[in-house]
Amino acid sequence: MGSEPSGEVYLAPTVRTAVKVLVLGPFAVGKSTFVGTLSEIPPLYTEETITRTGAVADDPHGISGKTTTTVALDFGRRTLNDRLVLYMFGTPGQRRFLSLWEDLAYGSLGALVLADIARIEESFEIIGVLEERGMPYAVAINDFRNAEMPPDEELREAFDLLPEVPLVTCDARERDSAARAMISLVEHVLSVCPQQSQESA
Amino acid sequence: MSPPRRRDREALVRPYLITGGRAHPTVGSLGITTLVRAAPEAESLGLGPEHRRVVRLCSGGALSVAEIAARLELPASVTRVIVADLLDENRLQVLSSGREQAPDRELLQEVLDGLRALR
Repeated sequence: MGSEPSGEVYLAPTVRTAVKVLVLGPFAVGKSTFVGTLSEIPPLYTEETITRTGAVADDPHGISGKTTTTVALDFGRRTLNDRLVLYMFGTPGQRRFLSLWEDLAYGSLGALVLADIARIEESFEIIGVLEERGMPYAVAINDFRNAEMPPDEELREAFDLLPEVPLVTCDARERDSAARAMISLVEHVLSVCPQQSQESA
Repeated sequence: MSPPRRRDREALVRPYLITGGRAHPTVGSLGITTLVRAAPEAESLGLGPEHRRVVRLCSGGALSVAEIAARLELPASVTRVIVADLLDENRLQVLSSGREQAPDRELLQEVLDGLRALR
């Protein structure tokens, strides 16, 4: 096990690279818990008001889209080595939050979709958006009730997952378990990430 | 007597007055995980109150734009504009390399190693 959360406000002075992961899922599925479990600081909270002007600073037509929605973002961070920090952003991920979502998704490593076995269908929209955007993702069933799980094949079918998409079970309250879910996402992203020197062949 | 919610409303409106809806080229280069800190001996002379709070917070060490937003209770988009202002005036420095971008294989491997070490 690594070090316990330090509560230190600032990053180590040697950190130069930040990577981010989105933790998406329906209401009350355990996104904040998951982020808090892996974070080295108490989870932080910010609100983003979505307007067309807010989301895209240089949009000349921004003034017209004046409907605003406030989206909550829970996030945390974990320093992974001297120079590298991982940020985890928990956010709903449904289509109506798409403008915020795209802002967040830009440059992110991928997404972990937290799902509740009792309401699988609430994850469909999120998974659909991720597939449309071509963002790599893994699905983690947050098994905080220690529910009896159907066999893997049945679950994959229920989520309608492509064969390469990882499906894991985790307990968002336990660090080892949450870390394993995150690892399965990063392994997957690595497996679909193109080799750099393809043209040299 | 005003109802207790009025103060909340004011807090929500004020940030947009701070940024004034200006176009700002530096904002485009900032993501929410861009890491910044105050420039050595950065002064907050002549700054508005929100800008001054950002300089003061960032003089303690390195933080992401998202953390500045959360710690100062400002919306992330507003914080980006303030940070961009302060970068343009050399009161803040960017520590992470440029725009946010999806990690390459080498960086992904580093993330993986770091996560495995957590277990």
